[in-house]
Amino acid sequence: MTERWDAIVIGAGHNGLTCAAYLGRAGRKVLVLERSSTVGGMAGMRRFAEGCSVPGCAHLLYHLNPRVVADLELQSHGLRLAASHLPTVALDENGGHLTLTERSVDGPGISPQQRAVYAAFMDRLRRFAAVLAAAGETRPPRLVSDQWRDYLTLAALGWKVWQLGRDDMRELMRIGAINIFDVLQEEFDNPLLKGALCLDAVLGTHMGPRSPNTVLNFLHRLAGQTGAGVAVADGGMQGVISALERAAVARGVEIRVNTAASRIVTDADGVTGVELASGELLACRMVLSSADPKTTFQRLLGPQVLDTGFNRRIHNLRMRGTAAKLHLALRGAPAFRGLDAAALGGRLLIAPSPDYIELAFDAAKYGAGSEHPAMEITIPTVHTRALAPAGMHVLSAVVQYAPAGLRGGWSADAKAGFMERILTQLARYAPGIREQIVSAELLTPADLEAEYGVTGGHWHHGELALDQFMMLRPVPGAAQYAAPIPGLYLCGAGAHPGGGVSGTPGRNAAQAALAGGLRR
Amino acid sequence: MIMPLRDRRLLETPLHTRLAAACETQQWYAWKGFAAVQCFTTVLQEYFAIRNSAGLFDLFPMTKYRIQGRDSRAYLNRLVTRDLSALKPGRVSYCVWCNDAGQVLDDGTVFCLGEEDWRLCSQERHLDWLLWSAQGFDVRIHEETTELAGLAIQGPTSCRILRNAGAAGLEQLPPFQHAAFTCAGVSMLISRTGFTGDLGYEIWFDPARALAVWDGLLEAGNNHGLRPIGSQALDIARIEAGFIQAGVDFMPAEQVVRPDRARSPFELGLGRFVDFRKPGFNGRRALQAEQQRGSRHRLLLLDVEGSHPARDAFIYNRARQVVGTVTSATWSPSAKANIAIASVRTPWGRDNDGLWAEVYYRRELQWEKVRACCRVVKGPFFDPPRKKATPALDF
Repeated sequence: MTERWDAIVIGAGHNGLTCAAYLGRAGRKVLVLERSSTVGGMAGMRRFAEGCSVPGCAHLLYHLNPRVVADLELQSHGLRLAASHLPTVALDENGGHLTLTERSVDGPGISPQQRAVYAAFMDRLRRFAAVLAAAGETRPPRLVSDQWRDYLTLAALGWKVWQLGRDDMRELMRIGAINIFDVLQEEFDNPLLKGALCLDAVLGTHMGPRSPNTVLNFLHRLAGQTGAGVAVADGGMQGVISALERAAVARGVEIRVNTAASRIVTDADGVTGVELASGELLACRMVLSSADPKTTFQRLLGPQVLDTGFNRRIHNLRMRGTAAKLHLALRGAPAFRGLDAAALGGRLLIAPSPDYIELAFDAAKYGAGSEHPAMEITIPTVHTRALAPAGMHVLSAVVQYAPAGLRGGWSADAKAGFMERILTQLARYAPGIREQIVSAELLTPADLEAEYGVTGGHWHHGELALDQFMMLRPVPGAAQYAAPIPGLYLCGAGAHPGGGVSGTPGRNAAQAALAGGLRR
Repeated sequence: MIMPLRDRRLLETPLHTRLAAACETQQWYAWKGFAAVQCFTTVLQEYFAIRNSAGLFDLFPMTKYRIQGRDSRAYLNRLVTRDLSALKPGRVSYCVWCNDAGQVLDDGTVFCLGEEDWRLCSQERHLDWLLWSAQGFDVRIHEETTELAGLAIQGPTSCRILRNAGAAGLEQLPPFQHAAFTCAGVSMLISRTGFTGDLGYEIWFDPARALAVWDGLLEAGNNHGLRPIGSQALDIARIEAGFIQAGVDFMPAEQVVRPDRARSPFELGLGRFVDFRKPGFNGRRALQAEQQRGSRHRLLLLDVEGSHPARDAFIYNRARQVVGTVTSATWSPSAKANIAIASVRTPWGRDNDGLWAEVYYRRELQWEKVRACCRVVKGPFFDPPRKKATPALDF
């Protein structure tokens, strides 16, 4: 071992970079290892056609933690928002679209009464989400502990819930563990509105609108939207990643791309280093892995050095990806029937009703791709012109459901077939779109797994569900960022509070590691 | 679904006809689904056979796993708390294994049959745990409980009897060693192991030959006091030897509902079988933490005043606080003492704690109670030199 680092961070995604920057800020000597040729991970940009780039996975900012922005001075490192409070357009095949903002909904067939219900409903859910957001700011408490801090965190969480007041508290308990379909059924009658809200509750998950935990996912999505709502950074996701990279480098962090960690090396007392795919051994005192928990524990560490019960929990961690990513390079802006060109900067949803999504999910349950997929579409070039040559646009869409465990596997034929279904569906809303396509790319969960090294191609590094949430995320025994092996920490989306471009797991993990002290 | 009555009967071991013929008392019990004998004639007669001549005990229902493959040694070394990295083929090791929290799942014996061929014998079933533990190891795990017959032949004349039956050179076999022999005309594996704390052997063979082995041994032992023994006599012997039993002296951690009911190896007096020098094994981190923090419980061997076995008795300290319970108790005919195994809360159980047991007993249907002083005993109540002597002594 030639070099010695205080900490090695595995993966230069947004969480890895955030974590590294915090450690660097605390004066630690930090090295970040990134297997691909660029930083950013699942928030990074991807060149998929001549002159055309798109965000590889995440294409919208929901969650970026304001504390991370402030602590790491991301604004002085170039972070600017190109757009905030983006509206959501629930697309209608015949042009009768609905436009949803944080407190309003408009469109044909929406009564004033429904408008009021929507505002009240979203206000209430936002109050619930604020409790989650507060819980996300700290290390999850251990339920049985000898440290006062755990009880303090629990008490603070209880206080937050109690502050909601009697009615809200009851309502949170009532809906917290049920499904979004039943909740929406109580409030709304418009299928298009319900479909749009349902999609927000299932994006990136192996869940349908009637699945348990969908309310939790909906709240999680809302939890970060305190400041800017749904936003896009200047330069797209690259703007966020570049700012994080600069922030890390400014704090002395060294980043090595094209450098894959192949093994976390341990002795009886804990972590001693990281072995690279090249065989090189880097000595360090601690390792913070932003890889998903299965990759970290089963592949990089190896079950042999962990205890059987812990391995069993990691093995049973649910992370079957079902979201695919569609990228289109288009001649000109796409024309959705009845949609004003000015609205192309928002989120465009193809989710005409809860049943539409549920039927799409049914296929995934049985190992097939959806016949009629649901989609969240953005046109990144609206906000970041430089992503495509003049006169061209790129379209980026999250498409569900494309199960990781597709029966027969994601062969070229299976992929082409699914692509055809997506385009057929898109063409219903944007009739001329096929003729505009210059280049197209579909990333299935299998592709995402290969591209980003995330098990099951799961967007959030593990389902967000009550059994994999807070002090249970990813599994008990690793839910406070520290793994059972001394010196190893999880700093990715598999850790609390979970997925989304927030930087929060990275920040919390760095704090846990710094509090844990450097060994030896 | 309610199964037809005949299918719900206990299973029979390959020796069932012989056991049934010898079992005068008809006292049976269920051992892991098999009919096993509590007592053939009288408990004391069988007990004294164990201590003064030899007893023959059917081990067929004991749980047995075969573990083979390139990583089998590494696999077992991660599974159990003891260091098996240098265990040679032909050796047997008494081991305990724990869950992640360092709580004992069971104890048993590990046989090294070859570099990549091992056997694990235990009281409880563990296939699920063993299979989960195999992640990342190149091993094959196979339950062979019903594919391998076993007999324990325990007592001072056991070596002589097996030699009479054909096991030439057996006296050279040291404790915790096993080797292949032909005995009673059947090829078998004989290990110098047992549950009585005395000279004794366990023999392992093809169940199809079980009757021949049984008959051959009884014939060879005819003039050496060999008799079939049941679980009750064996129980006295194992308490005298200070051996604990899963489900009696501790709850296997996987079966525990209340978290404070499980026990660590340290809390069962098995600390010497925990080896922190090897890098990784199930429960290592938790056990290291326990070592630093101190254990919550302590296992005691007690010499109890009086003659009434202190079964299920509460253990009190001087201040009349309940500090533990007796898990096993018996009158020891060999030690001429009223002995017990007890689990007490720390710090109790030190030399001068003045512990006493509240012992209940019945006299002509009337319940009586005595307060019996308990003396903590350091070693087993019965520990004869012949247990370890090699070559084995001839009686």
